[in-house]
Amino acid sequence: MITINVQKTLLTSTGKVVLKFNETLPEKRFFSIFGNSGSGKTTILRMIAGLTKPDTGFIKVGDEIWFDSKKNIYLPPQKRKIGFVFQDYALFPNMTVKQNILFAMDKKDLEFLDYLLKITQLKKLKDRYPYQLSGGQKQRVALARAIARKPKILLLDEPLSALDIRTRHILQDEIITFHKELNLTTFLVSHDYSEIIKMADFVFVLEKGKIVKKGKPDEVFVQSKISEKVKIVGEVLKIEKEDIIYILTISHYNDIIKVIITEDEAKDLKVGDKVLIAVKAFNPIIFKI
Amino acid sequence: MNDFWITLLISFKLAFLTTIILFIIGLPVAYILSFKEFKFKSVVEALTTLPLVLPPTVLGFYYLIAFSPDSVIGKFVDKLFGIKLVFSFEGILLASIIYSFPFMTQPLMSGFRSFPKNIIEAAYTLGKSKLETLFRVILPNIKSSVLTAITLTFAHTIGEFGVVLMVGGSIPGETKVASIAIYEEVESLNYHEAHKYALILLLISLFTLITLNLINKKLDYGTYK
Repeated sequence: MITINVQKTLLTSTGKVVLKFNETLPEKRFFSIFGNSGSGKTTILRMIAGLTKPDTGFIKVGDEIWFDSKKNIYLPPQKRKIGFVFQDYALFPNMTVKQNILFAMDKKDLEFLDYLLKITQLKKLKDRYPYQLSGGQKQRVALARAIARKPKILLLDEPLSALDIRTRHILQDEIITFHKELNLTTFLVSHDYSEIIKMADFVFVLEKGKIVKKGKPDEVFVQSKISEKVKIVGEVLKIEKEDIIYILTISHYNDIIKVIITEDEAKDLKVGDKVLIAVKAFNPIIFKI
Repeated sequence: MNDFWITLLISFKLAFLTTIILFIIGLPVAYILSFKEFKFKSVVEALTTLPLVLPPTVLGFYYLIAFSPDSVIGKFVDKLFGIKLVFSFEGILLASIIYSFPFMTQPLMSGFRSFPKNIIEAAYTLGKSKLETLFRVILPNIKSSVLTAITLTFAHTIGEFGVVLMVGGSIPGETKVASIAIYEEVESLNYHEAHKYALILLLISLFTLITLNLINKKLDYGTYK
């Protein structure tokens, strides 16, 4: 079990915010913290990592106490078994891909290096320096480097937000592979709900430092309980009136989807809204590709 | 060896030793001033920068008062190590270390401060100690700042005049350095000798700067991100 019970007063652009997070969580799950910028989600991750000290509280992972303000225990990040992936990669510019990963290992394990390079598809790039890589490639190195030390907890601070959609998808799959194959407990900070629905087992929605909702991602993000068979989450691009019906254009990752809606439905929607399209009972045409 | 070469040699010996000693002292000082918060930090920072703005004669004057054989410190060092801290090579060495201090610490501090904090934090989350992070992550990535610090310290010490003259007294073969020699040769209208010193210092300065620029270009690992 992991117990995280921390408080910290933050000074944000919108004023003082008291950040509170008090949860006891099972290990080896994929958790996500969702919220807008300034909600304090990154700070929670940094407190778990030992990069930011909570004002008061308690962090216990398994049998190890990482932080206890009453007993004055504060383990530095070096002593916590964590892997941290930063939004802007934070690779060591003076080291090649291979050296970045090997530097992270306490003992040089070439077999594990091979495994990491294979999953992240970096084998051909292993002798390049960070400045010779694309954003997606850099973030793969950062991911492999964070895992090289075989951490118990993997902390991901909006790792994919700067990447294009295709790259984001590939990296999401790589993260899921590592999470499952290495029995990691993973915390993903994100403001992309579709990413969370795809990856996480459990999500905490943070608003101004407080958890306002928590649960399974599709239950949290989808208000109505529909026993849908197929669902697509996307963003409204266009709403067009055509005779008595409306045509809704939705972007779903790389795809553009058009659906017909009624005037009543169209009333509540505007461009930029996030929507879920669900089909209950239907007979789709299936093509093998 | 004639006087000309001995004087040049003293100049370079002084600059070389000053740079080495200052690197060893300046590195931890610059690190602490860049990354740590403590009481009276601004006072310490001001003291390390003071030689940049202080007239060299003021520094030399206070140095003479503080370290003369009649002073407490001067007496103490003389008794303990048998070293005189004024009108001796050791004296101009110590004075140079004080006077060139900011030339070592300022470039190092600007290197430390501009280095992305999250790369340092990344090293910590990978289990690396502060010392290992300093030597394997920070310093290799701020090589140009390190090089600038070393070059500036060296060049500045070669060019020192006021402090070395006041503290060293221009004793041939002991504290007379090239920059003072030029002044004395010109004073006695001995332009030929002055030309020799000046030309050598000019060429060396030019050569150092060109080399520095070339190396700096090679050290570039691209941007930090």
